Amino acid sequence: MKDVSKSPWIIHYDGSSCNGCDMEVLASLTPVYDIERFGVINTGDPMQADIFLVTGGINTLNQMVVKQIYDQMPSPKVVVAIGTCACTGGIFKECYNIIGGTDTTIPVDIYVPGCAARPQSIIDGIVQAKECLKQKCIAEQKAAKEGK
Amino acid sequence: MTEEVMIRIAVTAAYIILAPFLGGLLSGLERKLSARMQGRRGPSVFQSFYDVKKLFSKNLQVVNGAQIFIMGSYAFFIVFTGALLFAGWDLLLVFFTLTTAAMFLVAAASCTHSPYSTIGANREMVQMMSYEPMVLLTAVGFYLATGSFDVAEIVKADQMAILKLPGCFIGFMFILTIKLRKSPFDISCSHHAHQEIVKGITTEMSGPCLGLMEISEWYEKVFLFAMIGLFFISSNPLSIIAVVVMCSLAFFLEVLIDNTSARLTWDRMLYSSWTVTLLLGGVNILLLELFK
Ligand code: SF4
Repeated sequence: MKDVSKSPWIIHYDGSSCNGCDMEVLASLTPVYDIERFGVINTGDPMQADIFLVTGGINTLNQMVVKQIYDQMPSPKVVVAIGTCACTGGIFKECYNIIGGTDTTIPVDIYVPGCAARPQSIIDGIVQAKECLKQKCIAEQKAAKEGK
Repeated sequence: MTEEVMIRIAVTAAYIILAPFLGGLLSGLERKLSARMQGRRGPSVFQSFYDVKKLFSKNLQVVNGAQIFIMGSYAFFIVFTGALLFAGWDLLLVFFTLTTAAMFLVAAASCTHSPYSTIGANREMVQMMSYEPMVLLTAVGFYLATGSFDVAEIVKADQMAILKLPGCFIGFMFILTIKLRKSPFDISCSHHAHQEIVKGITTEMSGPCLGLMEISEWYEKVFLFAMIGLFFISSNPLSIIAVVVMCSLAFFLEVLIDNTSARLTWDRMLYSSWTVTLLLGGVNILLLELFK
Protein backbone atom coordinates (compact mmCIF):
# COMPACT_ATOMS: atom_id res chain seq x y z
CA MET A 1 0.00 0.00 0.00
CA LYS A 2 1.07 3.52 -0.68
CA ASP A 3 1.95 5.16 2.59
CA VAL A 4 3.69 8.48 2.55
CA SER A 5 2.99 9.45 6.14
CA LYS A 6 6.15 7.91 7.54
CA SER A 7 8.43 10.43 5.91
CA PRO A 8 6.77 13.85 5.91
CA TRP A 9 9.19 16.35 4.45
CA ILE A 10 8.35 19.95 5.12
CA ILE A 11 8.83 23.28 3.44
CA HIS A 12 8.38 26.40 5.47
CA TYR A 13 7.29 29.82 4.24
CA ASP A 14 6.97 32.91 6.40
CA GLY A 15 4.50 35.51 5.14
CA SER A 16 3.43 38.81 6.71
CA SER A 17 4.32 38.11 10.31
CA CYS A 18 6.18 39.42 13.31
CA ASN A 19 8.55 36.43 12.84
CA GLY A 20 7.47 34.97 16.18
CA CYS A 21 5.89 31.88 14.66
CA ASP A 22 8.77 31.62 12.20
CA MET A 23 11.20 31.28 15.13
CA GLU A 24 8.97 28.71 16.81
CA VAL A 25 8.94 26.55 13.68
CA LEU A 26 12.72 26.67 13.61
CA ALA A 27 12.79 25.91 17.33
CA SER A 28 10.81 22.73 16.79
CA LEU A 29 13.53 21.61 14.35
CA THR A 30 16.32 22.07 16.88
CA PRO A 31 17.63 19.22 19.09
CA VAL A 32 15.42 20.36 22.01
CA TYR A 33 12.14 19.50 20.29
CA ASP A 34 13.69 17.23 17.63
CA ILE A 35 10.91 16.98 15.11
CA GLU A 36 13.19 14.82 12.96
CA ARG A 37 12.25 11.85 15.13
CA PHE A 38 9.02 11.65 13.10
CA GLY A 39 11.07 11.38 9.93
CA VAL A 40 10.63 15.06 9.14
CA ILE A 41 13.21 16.69 6.89
CA ASN A 42 13.18 20.42 6.33
CA THR A 43 13.83 20.57 2.59
CA GLY A 44 13.51 24.13 1.37
CA ASP A 45 12.68 22.64 -2.03
CA PRO A 46 8.95 22.60 -2.92
CA MET A 47 9.41 19.76 -5.41
CA GLN A 48 10.57 17.47 -2.60
CA ALA A 49 8.14 18.54 0.12
CA ASP A 50 4.93 16.90 1.36
CA ILE A 51 3.83 19.35 4.02
CA PHE A 52 3.68 23.11 3.50
CA LEU A 53 4.04 25.09 6.74
CA VAL A 54 2.85 28.67 6.41
CA THR A 55 3.40 31.23 9.13
CA GLY A 56 2.17 34.80 8.88
CA GLY A 57 -0.62 36.30 6.84
CA ILE A 58 -1.05 36.69 3.10
CA ASN A 59 -0.46 40.11 1.59
CA THR A 60 -0.77 41.33 -1.97
CA LEU A 61 2.91 40.71 -2.65
CA ASN A 62 3.41 37.24 -1.21
CA GLN A 63 0.16 35.78 -2.50
CA MET A 64 1.79 34.73 -5.78
CA VAL A 65 4.76 33.23 -3.95
CA VAL A 66 2.57 31.06 -1.72
CA LYS A 67 0.56 29.92 -4.74
CA GLN A 68 3.76 29.09 -6.64
CA ILE A 69 5.17 27.00 -3.82
CA TYR A 70 1.87 25.16 -3.44
CA ASP A 71 1.64 24.44 -7.16
CA GLN A 72 5.20 23.18 -7.35
CA MET A 73 4.63 20.54 -4.67
CA PRO A 74 3.80 17.09 -6.09
CA SER A 75 0.60 15.58 -4.68
CA PRO A 76 -0.38 14.23 -2.19
CA LYS A 77 0.35 17.36 -0.15
CA VAL A 78 -0.91 18.97 3.03
CA VAL A 79 -0.96 22.62 4.09
CA VAL A 80 -0.56 23.60 7.74
CA ALA A 81 -1.29 27.19 8.78
CA ILE A 82 0.71 28.01 11.90
CA GLY A 83 -0.13 30.89 14.21
CA THR A 84 -3.08 33.23 14.35
CA CYS A 85 -1.73 35.33 11.50
CA ALA A 86 -1.67 32.36 9.13
CA CYS A 87 -5.08 31.19 10.31
CA THR A 88 -6.99 34.47 10.01
CA GLY A 89 -4.65 37.37 9.40
CA GLY A 90 -4.21 37.95 13.14
CA ILE A 91 -3.24 41.35 14.47
CA PHE A 92 -2.31 42.48 10.96
CA LYS A 93 -5.77 41.71 9.61
CA GLU A 94 -6.85 45.35 9.32
CA CYS A 95 -3.70 46.49 7.55
CA TYR A 96 -4.16 48.00 4.07
CA ASN A 97 -2.08 45.34 2.30
CA ILE A 98 -3.28 42.21 4.09
CA ILE A 99 -5.63 39.85 2.28
CA GLY A 100 -6.16 37.52 5.26
CA GLY A 101 -5.22 34.03 6.38
CA THR A 102 -3.59 31.33 4.27
CA ASP A 103 -6.96 29.90 3.24
CA THR A 104 -7.67 32.98 1.16
CA THR A 105 -5.06 31.74 -1.30
CA ILE A 106 -4.61 27.98 -1.02
CA PRO A 107 -6.66 25.22 0.65
CA VAL A 108 -5.54 24.69 4.26
CA ASP A 109 -5.88 21.28 5.96
CA ILE A 110 -4.66 21.91 9.48
CA TYR A 111 -4.91 25.08 11.56
CA VAL A 112 -2.50 25.56 14.47
CA PRO A 113 -3.64 28.59 16.50
CA GLY A 114 -1.53 30.55 18.97
CA CYS A 115 0.35 33.82 19.08
CA ALA A 116 3.01 32.60 18.85
CA ALA A 117 2.13 28.95 18.29
CA ARG A 118 4.20 26.92 20.74
CA PRO A 119 6.59 24.24 19.45
CA GLN A 120 4.46 21.61 21.18
CA SER A 121 1.39 22.61 19.20
CA ILE A 122 3.41 22.89 16.00
CA ILE A 123 4.61 19.32 16.52
CA ASP A 124 1.01 18.31 17.19
CA GLY A 125 -0.02 20.01 13.96
CA ILE A 126 2.61 18.14 11.97
CA VAL A 127 1.63 14.80 13.50
CA GLN A 128 -1.97 15.50 12.46
CA ALA A 129 -0.74 16.53 9.03
CA LYS A 130 0.86 13.08 8.75
CA GLU A 131 -2.53 11.48 9.33
CA CYS A 132 -4.08 13.85 6.80
CA LEU A 133 -1.39 12.90 4.28
CA LYS A 134 -2.27 9.26 4.76
CA GLN A 135 -5.99 9.92 4.17
CA LYS A 136 -5.24 11.87 1.02
CA CYS A 137 -3.04 9.07 -0.23
CA ILE A 138 -5.84 6.53 0.27
CA ALA A 139 -8.35 8.86 -1.40
CA GLU A 140 -6.03 9.32 -4.35
CA GLN A 141 -5.58 5.59 -4.76
CA LYS A 142 -9.34 5.07 -4.65
CA ALA A 143 -9.87 7.76 -7.26
CA ALA A 144 -7.24 6.16 -9.48
CA LYS A 145 -8.91 2.76 -9.17
CA GLU A 146 -12.35 4.10 -9.99
CA GLY A 147 -10.89 6.05 -12.88
CA LYS A 148 -9.80 2.76 -14.42
CA MET B 1 32.71 -23.16 -15.36
CA THR B 2 35.54 -23.14 -12.94
CA GLU B 3 34.97 -22.65 -9.27
CA GLU B 4 36.48 -19.19 -9.28
CA VAL B 5 34.13 -17.90 -11.94
CA MET B 6 31.22 -19.28 -9.94
CA ILE B 7 32.38 -17.44 -6.83
CA ARG B 8 32.81 -14.21 -8.77
CA ILE B 9 29.29 -14.41 -10.18
CA ALA B 10 27.86 -15.22 -6.75
CA VAL B 11 29.62 -12.28 -5.08
CA THR B 12 28.50 -9.88 -7.81
CA ALA B 13 24.89 -11.08 -7.60
CA ALA B 14 25.02 -10.74 -3.82
CA TYR B 15 26.24 -7.15 -4.21
CA ILE B 16 23.50 -6.20 -6.67
CA ILE B 17 20.77 -7.68 -4.47
CA LEU B 18 22.03 -6.85 -0.97
CA ALA B 19 23.76 -3.49 -1.45
CA PRO B 20 20.54 -1.41 -1.38
CA PHE B 21 19.54 -2.96 1.94
CA LEU B 22 22.97 -2.48 3.45
CA GLY B 23 23.33 1.02 2.01
CA GLY B 24 19.86 2.07 3.19
CA LEU B 25 20.58 0.76 6.64
CA LEU B 26 23.92 2.59 6.68
CA SER B 27 22.29 5.89 5.82
CA GLY B 28 19.63 5.26 8.46
CA LEU B 29 22.35 4.53 11.02
CA GLU B 30 24.11 7.67 9.91
CA ARG B 31 21.08 9.79 10.75
CA LYS B 32 20.59 8.00 14.05
CA LEU B 33 24.24 8.41 14.99
CA SER B 34 24.19 12.10 14.04
CA ALA B 35 21.09 12.59 16.18
CA ARG B 36 22.76 10.92 19.14
CA MET B 37 25.85 13.06 18.71
CA GLN B 38 23.62 16.13 18.86
CA GLY B 39 21.83 14.83 21.95
CA ARG B 40 18.47 14.03 20.38
CA ARG B 41 16.52 10.89 19.57
CA GLY B 42 16.53 11.02 15.81
CA PRO B 43 14.46 9.02 13.32
CA SER B 44 14.26 5.25 13.10
CA VAL B 45 17.19 3.44 11.48
CA PHE B 46 14.82 2.33 8.73
CA GLN B 47 13.89 5.93 7.93
CA SER B 48 15.76 5.91 4.60
CA PHE B 49 13.59 3.01 3.41
CA TYR B 50 10.44 4.89 4.39
CA ASP B 51 11.72 7.94 2.54
CA VAL B 52 12.40 6.05 -0.66
CA LYS B 53 9.07 4.22 -0.44
CA LYS B 54 7.35 7.57 -0.14
CA LEU B 55 9.32 9.11 -2.99
CA PHE B 56 8.24 6.33 -5.31
CA SER B 57 4.57 6.84 -4.44
CA LYS B 58 4.60 10.57 -5.16
CA ASN B 59 3.60 12.17 -8.44
CA LEU B 60 6.40 12.43 -10.97
CA GLN B 61 7.23 16.04 -11.81
CA VAL B 62 10.07 16.72 -14.21
CA VAL B 63 11.11 19.88 -15.90
CA ASN B 64 12.91 18.13 -18.71
CA GLY B 65 11.93 14.60 -19.75
CA ALA B 66 15.55 13.77 -20.55
CA GLN B 67 16.34 13.96 -16.85
CA ILE B 68 14.69 10.62 -16.11
CA PHE B 69 16.72 8.87 -18.77
CA ILE B 70 19.98 10.48 -17.60
CA MET B 71 19.21 9.62 -13.97
CA GLY B 72 18.55 6.04 -15.03
CA SER B 73 21.96 5.94 -16.72
CA TYR B 74 23.55 7.33 -13.57
CA ALA B 75 21.94 4.64 -11.44
CA PHE B 76 22.94 1.95 -13.94
CA PHE B 77 26.58 3.01 -14.02
CA ILE B 78 26.80 3.26 -10.24
CA VAL B 79 25.52 -0.29 -9.90
CA PHE B 80 27.83 -1.38 -12.71
CA THR B 81 30.86 0.18 -10.95
CA GLY B 82 30.22 -1.83 -7.82
CA ALA B 83 29.49 -4.96 -9.83
CA LEU B 84 32.84 -4.64 -11.63
CA LEU B 85 34.66 -4.29 -8.29
CA PHE B 86 32.92 -7.26 -6.70
CA ALA B 87 33.42 -9.34 -9.85
CA GLY B 88 37.16 -8.79 -9.34
CA TRP B 89 37.77 -6.78 -12.48
CA ASP B 90 40.44 -4.22 -13.28
CA LEU B 91 40.62 -1.41 -10.71
CA LEU B 92 41.25 1.21 -13.42
CA LEU B 93 38.11 0.14 -15.27
CA VAL B 94 36.16 0.39 -12.00
CA PHE B 95 37.29 3.96 -11.42
CA PHE B 96 36.63 5.05 -15.01
CA THR B 97 33.10 3.69 -14.76
CA LEU B 98 32.67 5.60 -11.52
CA THR B 99 33.69 8.81 -13.29
CA THR B 100 31.24 8.09 -16.12
CA ALA B 101 28.46 7.70 -13.57
CA ALA B 102 29.39 11.00 -11.94
CA MET B 103 29.28 12.72 -15.34
CA PHE B 104 25.72 11.47 -15.85
CA LEU B 105 24.74 12.98 -12.51
CA VAL B 106 26.18 16.33 -13.57
CA ALA B 107 24.27 16.10 -16.86
CA ALA B 108 21.04 15.22 -15.03
CA ALA B 109 21.40 18.27 -12.82
CA SER B 110 22.29 20.74 -15.55
CA CYS B 111 19.70 19.61 -18.13
CA THR B 112 16.96 21.41 -16.20
CA HIS B 113 18.52 24.88 -16.56
CA SER B 114 17.56 25.73 -13.01
CA PRO B 115 20.17 28.10 -11.56
CA TYR B 116 20.33 26.21 -8.26
CA SER B 117 20.83 22.83 -9.79
CA THR B 118 23.30 24.22 -12.34
CA ILE B 119 25.43 25.69 -9.56
CA GLY B 120 25.16 22.31 -7.86
CA ALA B 121 26.35 20.62 -11.05
CA ASN B 122 29.28 23.02 -11.38
CA ARG B 123 30.29 22.34 -7.82
CA GLU B 124 29.94 18.61 -8.35
CA MET B 125 32.48 18.96 -11.17
CA VAL B 126 34.85 20.82 -8.84
CA GLN B 127 34.39 17.98 -6.38
CA MET B 128 35.29 15.48 -9.11
CA MET B 129 38.38 17.53 -9.89
CA SER B 130 39.36 17.33 -6.22
CA TYR B 131 38.99 13.62 -5.71
CA GLU B 132 39.94 12.14 -9.12
CA PRO B 133 43.76 12.45 -8.71
CA MET B 134 43.69 10.60 -5.41
CA VAL B 135 41.44 7.90 -6.85
CA LEU B 136 43.88 7.31 -9.70
CA LEU B 137 46.89 7.33 -7.36
CA THR B 138 45.13 4.73 -5.21
CA ALA B 139 44.78 2.46 -8.24
CA VAL B 140 48.46 2.94 -9.07
CA GLY B 141 49.35 2.29 -5.43
CA PHE B 142 47.50 -1.01 -5.46
CA TYR B 143 49.37 -1.99 -8.60
CA LEU B 144 52.76 -1.22 -7.06
CA ALA B 145 51.89 -2.94 -3.80
CA THR B 146 50.37 -6.13 -5.19
CA GLY B 147 51.64 -6.28 -8.77
CA SER B 148 48.21 -6.22 -10.36
CA PHE B 149 45.31 -3.94 -11.16
CA ASP B 150 42.91 -6.88 -10.96
CA VAL B 151 40.81 -6.85 -7.81
CA ALA B 152 40.70 -10.65 -7.95
CA GLU B 153 44.51 -10.67 -7.61
CA ILE B 154 44.62 -7.91 -5.01
CA VAL B 155 42.40 -9.84 -2.59
CA LYS B 156 44.74 -12.84 -2.91
CA ALA B 157 47.83 -10.89 -1.79
CA ASP B 158 49.89 -12.36 1.06
CA GLN B 159 49.72 -9.23 3.17
CA MET B 160 47.31 -6.37 3.56
CA ALA B 161 47.79 -3.54 1.09
CA ILE B 162 47.57 -1.00 3.93
CA LEU B 163 51.07 -2.05 5.12
CA LYS B 164 52.52 -0.67 1.92
CA LEU B 165 49.96 2.05 1.29
CA PRO B 166 49.33 3.93 4.54
CA GLY B 167 49.61 7.31 2.79
CA CYS B 168 47.20 6.31 0.05
CA PHE B 169 44.77 5.06 2.67
CA ILE B 170 44.69 8.34 4.57
CA GLY B 171 44.38 10.20 1.29
CA PHE B 172 41.50 7.95 0.27
CA MET B 173 39.79 8.54 3.61
CA PHE B 174 40.10 12.26 2.93
CA ILE B 175 38.39 12.07 -0.45
CA LEU B 176 35.78 9.69 0.97
CA THR B 177 34.29 12.72 2.72
CA ILE B 178 34.06 14.51 -0.63
CA LYS B 179 32.60 11.48 -2.36
CA LEU B 180 29.98 10.91 0.33
CA ARG B 181 29.08 14.64 0.17
CA LYS B 182 29.66 15.16 3.86
CA SER B 183 30.60 18.32 5.69
CA PRO B 184 33.02 20.10 5.26
CA PHE B 185 32.88 19.06 1.60
CA ASP B 186 29.14 18.95 1.01
CA ILE B 187 29.29 21.88 -1.34
CA SER B 188 27.37 20.39 -4.26
CA CYS B 189 24.46 18.93 -2.34
CA SER B 190 24.05 18.89 1.37
CA HIS B 191 22.01 16.30 3.23
CA HIS B 192 20.97 18.99 5.68
CA ALA B 193 18.43 21.69 5.06
CA HIS B 194 18.77 25.41 4.53
CA GLN B 195 21.90 25.61 2.47
CA GLU B 196 22.60 28.51 0.19
CA ILE B 197 21.87 26.60 -3.03
CA VAL B 198 18.68 24.91 -1.78
CA LYS B 199 19.49 21.26 -2.54
CA GLY B 200 22.22 21.71 -5.15
CA ILE B 201 22.27 18.96 -7.76
CA THR B 202 19.02 17.44 -6.56
CA THR B 203 17.02 20.71 -6.54
CA GLU B 204 14.98 19.80 -9.62
CA MET B 205 14.53 16.15 -8.77
CA SER B 206 11.33 15.06 -7.14
CA GLY B 207 9.41 11.91 -6.38
CA PRO B 208 10.64 8.75 -8.16
CA CYS B 209 13.57 10.61 -9.72
CA LEU B 210 14.91 11.55 -6.28
CA GLY B 211 14.18 8.01 -5.11
CA LEU B 212 16.46 6.71 -7.85
CA MET B 213 19.14 9.13 -6.70
CA GLU B 214 18.86 7.87 -3.10
CA ILE B 215 19.13 4.23 -4.15
CA SER B 216 22.18 5.02 -6.28
CA GLU B 217 23.71 6.73 -3.28
CA TRP B 218 23.20 3.54 -1.26
CA TYR B 219 24.97 1.47 -3.92
CA GLU B 220 27.75 4.03 -4.06
CA LYS B 221 28.13 3.97 -0.29
CA VAL B 222 28.58 0.21 -0.24
CA PHE B 223 31.04 0.47 -3.11
CA LEU B 224 33.11 3.12 -1.32
CA PHE B 225 33.29 1.15 1.91
CA ALA B 226 34.28 -1.90 -0.12
CA MET B 227 37.17 0.20 -1.43
CA ILE B 228 38.19 0.90 2.18
CA GLY B 229 37.95 -2.83 2.80
CA LEU B 230 40.25 -3.53 -0.15
CA PHE B 231 43.10 -1.93 1.79
CA PHE B 232 42.74 -4.52 4.56
CA ILE B 233 41.91 -7.73 2.78
CA SER B 234 44.49 -10.45 2.17
CA SER B 235 44.58 -14.17 1.47
CA ASN B 236 44.24 -14.82 5.21
CA PRO B 237 40.53 -15.38 6.01
CA LEU B 238 40.97 -13.58 9.35
CA SER B 239 41.54 -10.34 7.42
CA ILE B 240 37.75 -10.17 6.94
CA ILE B 241 37.53 -9.15 10.61
CA ALA B 242 39.99 -6.32 9.99
CA VAL B 243 37.87 -5.23 7.00
CA VAL B 244 34.67 -5.09 9.04
CA VAL B 245 36.31 -3.29 11.97
CA MET B 246 38.06 -0.72 9.79
CA CYS B 247 34.96 -0.05 7.67
CA SER B 248 32.93 0.55 10.84
CA LEU B 249 35.62 2.87 12.16
CA ALA B 250 35.72 4.77 8.87
CA PHE B 251 31.93 5.08 8.97
CA PHE B 252 31.98 6.45 12.52
CA LEU B 253 34.73 8.89 11.64
CA GLU B 254 32.78 10.19 8.63
CA VAL B 255 29.70 10.89 10.76
CA LEU B 256 31.84 12.54 13.43
CA ILE B 257 33.54 14.81 10.89
CA ASP B 258 30.16 15.61 9.33
CA ASN B 259 28.82 16.73 12.70
CA THR B 260 31.83 18.71 13.86
CA SER B 261 32.83 20.74 10.83
CA ALA B 262 31.35 23.56 8.81
CA ARG B 263 31.23 23.71 5.05
CA LEU B 264 34.36 24.96 3.24
CA THR B 265 34.50 26.97 0.05
CA TRP B 266 35.25 25.13 -3.19
CA ASP B 267 38.78 26.52 -3.57
CA ARG B 268 39.77 25.49 -0.04
CA MET B 269 38.46 22.02 -0.85
CA LEU B 270 40.45 21.86 -4.07
CA TYR B 271 43.70 23.06 -2.50
CA SER B 272 43.45 20.86 0.56
CA SER B 273 42.56 17.71 -1.35
CA TRP B 274 45.32 18.21 -3.89
CA THR B 275 47.83 18.91 -1.11
CA VAL B 276 46.81 15.71 0.66
CA THR B 277 46.95 13.79 -2.62
CA LEU B 278 50.41 15.05 -3.43
CA LEU B 279 51.89 14.76 0.06
CA LEU B 280 50.41 11.47 1.21
CA GLY B 281 49.55 9.65 -2.02
CA GLY B 282 52.47 10.93 -4.07
CA VAL B 283 55.15 10.41 -1.43
CA ASN B 284 53.76 6.99 -0.56
CA ILE B 285 54.00 5.87 -4.18
CA LEU B 286 57.43 7.43 -4.62
CA LEU B 287 58.81 5.54 -1.61
CA LEU B 288 57.17 2.33 -2.79
CA GLU B 289 58.88 2.76 -6.15
CA LEU B 290 62.29 3.55 -4.58
CA PHE B 291 62.39 0.67 -2.08
CA LYS B 292 60.92 -2.00 -4.28
S1 SF4 C 1 0.58 34.74 15.23
FE1 SF4 C 1 1.54 36.19 16.64
S2 SF4 C 1 3.62 35.42 16.90
FE2 SF4 C 1 2.78 34.41 15.10
S3 SF4 C 1 3.47 35.68 13.40
FE3 SF4 C 1 1.43 36.40 13.99
S4 SF4 C 1 1.82 38.06 15.43
FE4 SF4 C 1 3.70 36.91 15.26
